[in-house]
Amino acid sequence: MTVTAPDHAPPAEVPKSSGTRLVDRVFKMRELAILVVFLVMIAVTQAGNSEFLSEQGIKDLLLNATILVLVATGQSLVVITRNVDLSVGSTLGISAFAAGTCLHGGGNAVVAIALAVLLGVGCGLLNGLLVSLGQVPALVVTLGTLYIIRGIDSIWVGSRQITAADLPGGFVDFGSGGLSAIPWLALIALAVLLATAYYLKHFGSGRELYALGSNPEAARLAGIPVRKRILAAYTVCGALAGLAGALYLARFGNVDSGTGNGYELTVVSAVVVGGVAFTGGSGSVYGAALGGLLLTSINSVLPALGVSSVWVLAINGVLLLLAIAVDRIVALRVAAALKKRKARHA
Amino acid sequence: MTHPPDPGPAPVLALRDVSKSFGAVRALRGVSLELFPGEVHALAGENGAGKSTLIKTLAGVHRPDAGQVLLDGEPVAFHGPGDARDAGIAVIYQEPTLFPDLSIAENIFMGRQPRRALGRIDHKATHAATAALMRRLGVDLDPDRPARGLSIADQQIVEIAKALSFDARVLIMDEPTAALTGSEVARLFGVVRTLGEQGAVVLFISHRLEEIFQICRRVTTLRDGAWIASEPVDGMTEDDLVRRMVGRDLDELYPKQDVTPGDVALSVRRLTREGVFTDVSFEVRRGEIVGLAGLVGAGRTEVARAVFGVDRWDAGEVDVDGRRLTNGAPSTAMAAGLALVPEDRRAQGLVMDMSIERNIGLTGLRTTVKAGLVDRGAERSRSLDWAVKLQVKYARIADAVSTLSGGNQQKVVLAKWLATGPKVLIVDEPTRGIDVGTKAEVHRLLSQLAADGVAVLMISSDLPEILGMADRVLVMHEGRITAEIPRSDATEETVMAAATGRAAA
Ligand SMILES: Nc1ncnc2c1ncn2[C@@H]1O[C@H](COP(=O)(O)OP(=O)(O)OP(=O)(O)O)[C@@H](O)[C@H]1O
Ligand SMILES: [Mg+2]
Repeated sequence: MTVTAPDHAPPAEVPKSSGTRLVDRVFKMRELAILVVFLVMIAVTQAGNSEFLSEQGIKDLLLNATILVLVATGQSLVVITRNVDLSVGSTLGISAFAAGTCLHGGGNAVVAIALAVLLGVGCGLLNGLLVSLGQVPALVVTLGTLYIIRGIDSIWVGSRQITAADLPGGFVDFGSGGLSAIPWLALIALAVLLATAYYLKHFGSGRELYALGSNPEAARLAGIPVRKRILAAYTVCGALAGLAGALYLARFGNVDSGTGNGYELTVVSAVVVGGVAFTGGSGSVYGAALGGLLLTSINSVLPALGVSSVWVLAINGVLLLLAIAVDRIVALRVAAALKKRKARHA
Repeated sequence: MTHPPDPGPAPVLALRDVSKSFGAVRALRGVSLELFPGEVHALAGENGAGKSTLIKTLAGVHRPDAGQVLLDGEPVAFHGPGDARDAGIAVIYQEPTLFPDLSIAENIFMGRQPRRALGRIDHKATHAATAALMRRLGVDLDPDRPARGLSIADQQIVEIAKALSFDARVLIMDEPTAALTGSEVARLFGVVRTLGEQGAVVLFISHRLEEIFQICRRVTTLRDGAWIASEPVDGMTEDDLVRRMVGRDLDELYPKQDVTPGDVALSVRRLTREGVFTDVSFEVRRGEIVGLAGLVGAGRTEVARAVFGVDRWDAGEVDVDGRRLTNGAPSTAMAAGLALVPEDRRAQGLVMDMSIERNIGLTGLRTTVKAGLVDRGAERSRSLDWAVKLQVKYARIADAVSTLSGGNQQKVVLAKWLATGPKVLIVDEPTRGIDVGTKAEVHRLLSQLAADGVAVLMISSDLPEILGMADRVLVMHEGRITAEIPRSDATEETVMAAATGRAAA
């Protein structure tokens, strides 16, 4: 005999609670915090070296960040699904060389960029298929493809090199030109970033990426096509790494078989510093982009302040640990806050 | 709900001679089942009888090894949960399947959000629809709140809301009430009845037999994966149903032995955790079983967690056997002889991928470790001993806990803590999801432990269990203890009055 308590009158309206806003705020804050750190760093540097924020200075900052932001955006998609793509550096390298070869052979710039993107799509598909079909962790699979793609790249490229002299002048100008201080490349990255963020927030399949990263088993039971979504995330990630390869070529005009070597670690750092959790299901591409901006800026800030660039790596490492620590503390705080709120409501 | 099944309408959903095996375990053997429009149909059976497996077959999670699933009389092959959903079948699984990082609204509408132009999600409409569902269920949960940190009961409510949001033709619920108390169950049943009147089919599983008699029209019984009977509930007694499930007559469900309480073993004084519970004081003596009753969310679990040291308290003190416990230190609590069988078995009680043997062995590592190495032989014999005592149903003791049925997982959690030989035992919903036969077994065990001088604090939302087993009943309401009722005065009325805050005791 189940005992029945008197029914309470249904609440007239479900109140907007402070708990949600708190969580919202914390996540926004996370991005805000990186932005603040970034701005403070820039301000301090500017104070110490008034040349730093010249038109060319700003342009350099943005140009440096562009490639990383692009790749980090793609990587975020994968990390949100509780996977990782370690082969992005290799993909970037091989796409850059392919685009360079195409241009060197007299090809059209649009065709060259499309070629780089397509090559990236191919690498992404390969990763996606291996991860979604095989029962092997993404870390292992993409570590494998990292070496495979790099190996193919080395065999194909050999000791050859593509330099700015091999490229059409227009392409190189495009790589360094822009709307006053804002480079064309940065605008491309921004457009990609905005589109991805919009997609993740407003489209069903975008939300499903978060869902399957948050609880893969529940995602399967909810009828989400898990494999298809993972495949898509890897494909987009590959495509963006390919695009980044083409832009790398435009920016630096210099590609060899070592291009993009070790880049995956920088990308993963940017993503983690930006608050995209490795456990899947949370974070935003804006965060990842800001993380990328912060990491690349450190490279420009230190020389401008006359600090040796040997410090860059150490500082990146500290930032990384700091970011993880902050995440952990924030998560605990939020959990406690939600609990208290719940208790009061009950 | 007392009409015999109409001969007229054809079954909406049916199983014909379905079998399903997992390795050597034959979870279903030739089971048939017909579900007619407008009926609320119960599925009964012991832990491991195959109820959840049957449901997962209907839901497209499992493909039957043999036999057919029929929808509107036509054989169908569901290739995944999505197919079954598209066919109008909504399922509440036994274990909550939520996305912790996403909001409640997103959890409910994942994959089916209301859309705006160009296929974009209509966030406003999603929010509004969720709020409406919450009103319909009479609960106050913020649609924008993330699912992480919800209590089991609230998770269950989100699952129910999710299933209701489908406007499904077939609603399947695997132990939806296991974590709920009276008022929430009443709400749910109200909604289920309405659905039935609108012509939907509801398939309902519960180990609380009285619920089956309350809302179901027919009941199908399974035993060891085999079909036993499908019959109208009318004219059956609980004993009849138990006999079908267990295959024999059952001993007494509440075999409480009379004991004379000894010294105070657990003493909690003015314990407070800000915003969660306030000024909680009570004592439990050796040989006593003290029941802790209250509505879901009254703070019972939170008190237990604080006493054990999983959560910190802000003020107050706790003594076990005269030894003061350190705030927030489960290891000192364990050393003092305190054991806590937690409420959420998946998150707190078990290492799902580890074997049954090792899960039971975990708490005994101190006794089975020799020279830094686990004495696997000792661990195995100890685990086997307890697995047998609690009648855990498994293929091999080395199997992963995740392959067990829900009720059997619960038994493993119990075994794990009982194996520590505690002086003070706190059990939080000890028989949730456990079948009647084993429930009686667990009650006998608790009673025996008490007779042997263990002090038992039993948190339960199952009122008959509290009334049947407790020497004294403490009742919590909104974070405070509002009543202490001796066994002789404890009735459903007195306990519920204190639990709902209607009477200051
Ligand atoms: N994925 C699996 N792998 C191996 N064995 C399984 C699996 N799922 C279920 N089983 C086994 O099948 C049998 C039936 O399990 P099922 O979960 O259907 O029981 P149940 O009737 O729902 O029990 P309960 O009341 O405890 O929830 C059990 O012996 C269980 O151990
Ligand atoms: Mg079950």
